[in-house]
Amino acid sequence: MHNFDFAKPSSIAEAAKLLGSDGAQALSGGQTLMPTMKQRLAAPSVLVSLTGIAEMKGVCRGDGGLHIGAATPHAVVAKEAAAHYPALAALAGGIGDPAVRSRGTIGGSIANNDPSACYPSAVLASAATVVTNKRKIAADDFFQGMFSTALDEGEFVIEVRLPIPLRAAYVKFNQPASRFALTGVFVAQFKDGVRVAVTGASNNGVFRWSEAEAALSKSFTAEALQGLTVDDGDMISDLHGTAAYRANLVKVLTGRAVTAAA
Amino acid sequence: MTQVSMTVNGKSVSAEVEGRTLLVQFLREGLGLTGTHVGCDTSQCGACVVHVDGKPVKSCTVFAMDVAGSSVKTIEGMANPDGSLGPLQQAFQDHHGLQCGFCTPGMVMSSAALLAENPKPTEADVRHYLEGNICRCTGYHNIIKAVLSASGQTVAAE
Repeated sequence: MHNFDFAKPSSIAEAAKLLGSDGAQALSGGQTLMPTMKQRLAAPSVLVSLTGIAEMKGVCRGDGGLHIGAATPHAVVAKEAAAHYPALAALAGGIGDPAVRSRGTIGGSIANNDPSACYPSAVLASAATVVTNKRKIAADDFFQGMFSTALDEGEFVIEVRLPIPLRAAYVKFNQPASRFALTGVFVAQFKDGVRVAVTGASNNGVFRWSEAEAALSKSFTAEALQGLTVDDGDMISDLHGTAAYRANLVKVLTGRAVTAAA
Repeated sequence: MTQVSMTVNGKSVSAEVEGRTLLVQFLREGLGLTGTHVGCDTSQCGACVVHVDGKPVKSCTVFAMDVAGSSVKTIEGMANPDGSLGPLQQAFQDHHGLQCGFCTPGMVMSSAALLAENPKPTEADVRHYLEGNICRCTGYHNIIKAVLSASGQTVAAE
């Protein structure tokens, strides 16, 4: 790993200033960024740790539903979101393994937008609002393809606000070595309709399966999906699963998630 | 180089580090605490698990400077004060929960974190919690028995 200057600010304002400089990179739990740096796929000259900022940590109820500080580790969300948003807590409790969950954070996960990460599916299916140091971004606008988000240079996530659905569930098919989602589906039923977000499947990262949303908004049952097909044209194909396999998983897991939520 | 201080196994320690110095390098090379092992260096195998402020972390995937001021516990902190094996370590020996021993420091530290959260885990709880610790010798069964036994539960005979 190339060396860098390390900074650990204690306020959002201080972090924003540090991240405004050339070559600066935000570090949250580091569970993805550090392996990336070890492979020299990233070589920032300044690394700004966001885990020492108290106002970016914690889980609480607010106007936007459940408000989660961007630097809140998965283990804390798994515990503290359980009473408010069980499907989200279960997702957080299933990321990686206990040691990864001690460090990895929701803000880090969505800012990286790994195409196989779990959190982007929950954030997109919940129609969450991503609060940054500069603005508020709707989840539908935030995720912009594999490893790509609406975040500008020097901009970082400080909080995620997730409206709480009537019913929801996340089902993932584990890639057994990495414990990332080979494919994962988050289904959330709100008063005004159902949202279905899929991770681990598409070359374009997390996406909404709109045909399933329309069918499930009429009838929230696994049977409602029967006539639907998933196009495998844009699906990830690798040694763990072909595009056709993933396309099939999308439909199977959506059905399982609906059954689990119902 | 920057001086970093933290508490390791109850003692205040400090050493010179670079930005890129990993917690595991700080422990092994800075402090000579070589009980913590580096297996994969990609946060998959769990041999390097230590506790930071009571929580298990993979010390190959934490920067030393990011945990300055924290309280760290390593495998060296698991023995009894007289140097004999602590209860969890003894259970690993009693149940033959190790062969080559390379993964053992991480297994013991992850198991200790589990028992702190959940003092009477089921077998399924133990298997799930140790998902991030890989052993290439024992096939896990004896490790599971050791953890269940250390929690005070009766373990079925061979």
